[in-house]
Amino acid sequence: MYLIFGLCDQSFSNNYSANIPQKVNKGWYMFFVTLLNHSYWVLGATIGGLFGSLLQFRMEGLEFVMTALFVVIFIELWMKERVHHSSLLGLAVSFLCLIVFNGGSFIIPSMILILFGLTLMRKRLAKVGECT
Amino acid sequence: MTMTFMERMITIGMVVLGTMITRFLPFLIFPSGRPVPTYVQYLGKVLPSAALGLLVIYSIKDVNFISGSHGVPEMISIAITACLHIWKRNMFISIVSGTLVYMFLIQYIF
Repeated sequence: MYLIFGLCDQSFSNNYSANIPQKVNKGWYMFFVTLLNHSYWVLGATIGGLFGSLLQFRMEGLEFVMTALFVVIFIELWMKERVHHSSLLGLAVSFLCLIVFNGGSFIIPSMILILFGLTLMRKRLAKVGECT
Repeated sequence: MTMTFMERMITIGMVVLGTMITRFLPFLIFPSGRPVPTYVQYLGKVLPSAALGLLVIYSIKDVNFISGSHGVPEMISIAITACLHIWKRNMFISIVSGTLVYMFLIQYIF
């Protein structure tokens, strides 16, 4: 129950990419990963809230961490996969939707078109051996 | 915009409901005992790359390429982040360097 609640992107990627040794109980392993993640999050948010106002340097441009993070993960996935149909589709579809719709409302159409595109590509990708 | 107490409660309630539905639904539809349909397995394999592509575009959605700095600081910083990551493959180095370069660029140059 707690695992479902505590499931967030970080816990997921940890549990997903970890090679859990045979002798370790998988359920408890995932429980502790989630619990520690949760406590870091609470701790980090508390420290930020208490001492955030003491920081005086110019923060302008700090929002770029998100862009950098996404770019880095994107490259990681790119290097791991054998064919890049899905990555390219995601970039292209989102970019087109951003032009057609505006910044505030392009996410939903992008998601629908990506899902549609991936569904159409399933047969072809199966031949390349990308899916099981 | 200020909301009344009731409106706040309703808003929070809807957010909680939305979070809970999206969290529990997959576990209810696909119990751990039975195999997951191949279509969903396929999506699980190919969707992450596409979703990250979407997120990359999303994070630069407010960049204006026509006026202002024409998105040059963003492009430079993304290029640096990407090159560093391909070269060193260290998430921390890539993200911190890219962000510092971006902060420097928009605060002092553009």
